[in-house]
Amino acid sequence: MSASAAAAETPAATPAREPILSVNNIEVVYDDVILVLRGVSLDVPEGDIVTLLGPNGAGKTTTLKAISGLLRTENGEVTRGEVRFMGENIANMAPEQIVRRGIFQVMEGRRIVEDMTVIENLRLGAYTRKDGAAAVKRDLEMVLDYFPRLRERTGLAGYLSGGEQQMLAIGRAMMARPKLILLDEPSMGLAPLLVKEVFHIVRKLNKELGMTTLLVEQNAKMALGAASYGYIMESGKVVMDGTQADLLDNEDVKEFYLGGGGEHRKSFKNLKSYKRRKRWI
Amino acid sequence: MDLFFQLLINGIIVGTLYGVVAMCFVLIYKSTQVVNFAQGEFLLIGAWICWYILVQFQIPFVFGFLITLVFMAGLGIFIQMVVLRPMIGEPIISVIMVTIGLSIFMRALVNWLFGQNAVGFPEVFSTSSINIGGLYVQPAYLMSFVISIVIMAGFFYFFKYSRYGLAMRATAFNQQVAQSLGISVKQVFAMAWAISAMVSALAGVVVGMVNGVSSALSFIGIKVFPAVILGGLDSIIGAVVGGLIVGVLENMAEYVDGQFLYWGNMLTIAPFWVLIIILVIKPYGLFGTKDIERV
Ligand SMILES: Nc1ncnc2c1ncn2[C@@H]1O[C@H](COP(=O)(O)OP(=O)(O)O)[C@@H](O)[C@H]1O
Ligand SMILES: [Mg+2]
Repeated sequence: MSASAAAAETPAATPAREPILSVNNIEVVYDDVILVLRGVSLDVPEGDIVTLLGPNGAGKTTTLKAISGLLRTENGEVTRGEVRFMGENIANMAPEQIVRRGIFQVMEGRRIVEDMTVIENLRLGAYTRKDGAAAVKRDLEMVLDYFPRLRERTGLAGYLSGGEQQMLAIGRAMMARPKLILLDEPSMGLAPLLVKEVFHIVRKLNKELGMTTLLVEQNAKMALGAASYGYIMESGKVVMDGTQADLLDNEDVKEFYLGGGGEHRKSFKNLKSYKRRKRWI
Repeated sequence: MDLFFQLLINGIIVGTLYGVVAMCFVLIYKSTQVVNFAQGEFLLIGAWICWYILVQFQIPFVFGFLITLVFMAGLGIFIQMVVLRPMIGEPIISVIMVTIGLSIFMRALVNWLFGQNAVGFPEVFSTSSINIGGLYVQPAYLMSFVISIVIMAGFFYFFKYSRYGLAMRATAFNQQVAQSLGISVKQVFAMAWAISAMVSALAGVVVGMVNGVSSALSFIGIKVFPAVILGGLDSIIGAVVGGLIVGVLENMAEYVDGQFLYWGNMLTIAPFWVLIIILVIKPYGLFGTKDIERV
């Protein structure tokens, strides 16, 4: 039995709330010809951590960029379907409009401004805020309390370690007070201890600040530890989805993403039962 | 020896002014990757517009000057949007050709509108020199120096503390990163041109007060090239230092030439000699970023 079918039988696992973000069957094309996403759908309920897993090149980053609007900066376009955020279709909107609506993407590879200090990077995160300098200052202190290590770093952010840069990137996102944060592979290139620390922070922010998070990861074990619901992508499609418990229990997930098991099956695509029904709008 | 110090002071004063114009050039280069060969024409247009408003309408200097700034901001934004926005993504050599064309066009337009001859600026500051410890300095020069320092402090504050200054730096670092933070790159580009045109015009007005308004103003744009290349093209501090070096060098060259060599015209050539020597030793300029594309 597929995990999505299992999820359907136990609707209590995900509360029947209106999702804050609902991606409906989107198709994404780069440079007018390269079709990368072929009908991706996913929901992120408010206050949850949802994870998007899958191998390299599956289209996870593209999905996030379709949501944040950054697709535009790479000559990509949502050619079908819609991205509903708080009821509004934001597909193909300019990224600065989407940030103002409350979605903030922390891009793969941290992408902090290397020739600025930690504080300057954090203040940049608050660029779109309109609630005054005092509120921004308060949040700056709050972020530095979450990441006490950053307080000691007074030089340029380019000299921070990878882990510190990741914390800075997350802190910078917090400064925008987003309603939804998109995290693209926060554990990439980090030592195991730091990976733990980053995931601890992601969970903490979710618990204490109610930060709704869509988390893209290759490290499925850590991601499923933090998320309440997960989607698995391959070759531009969602091939499977389910609650944390369903996915952790699933034999094939264990085999392909959590380590262990044989190597005889190369891909979920070959398993008919995981072909996900398309949601037509 | 008195002449030496006199020329040194002149060099520092004119050097800070070069520094200001060089900063304007770097501002555009850093945030929009455009090498603006029309920087000197902003001085020219600014000075002429201000002169025209003051002479034509007989309003107090402050108002005439503020109107000039507003006009220049508009002109900067207009040029960015109409002339340079369509050039985004085109080869750097095409963009350079466009700004050279722009410079020729603006110079011709000004010549046509206002004529070739130099005119005196309505006197705002006394032009008779005052004696400071044996050295003669025109009050207008002194004002030019003070204004230059104030502008530099303003730039520093703007880029270090203001929201828009940070946004411009983020855009200069990486446009996609800037966009991910909610910064409108288009807005930043327009702002860079507006500020650059306004501050250049301010420098033009200052020079116009001292030397009169004429097409010679646009030659300051040429002085700015050795300054910014010395400083490293993408460094604001480098622009200031480069401007000072060029200003002082010019005057020192004149001193050496006038006292010992009698070759003539050293004033114009010396900065370029030093430029070549420095580039041989430090190919990215004194303060330049290594991975920058040289043109
Ligand atoms: N800017 C782009 N232009 C063209 N193709 C792209 C671009 N970005 C990604 N792709 C292609 O889209 C596919 C999915 O990439 P991506 O979304 O980065 O996957 P993932 O994040 O899951 O590793 C890959 O085949 C990649 O080559
Ligand atoms: Mg990716």
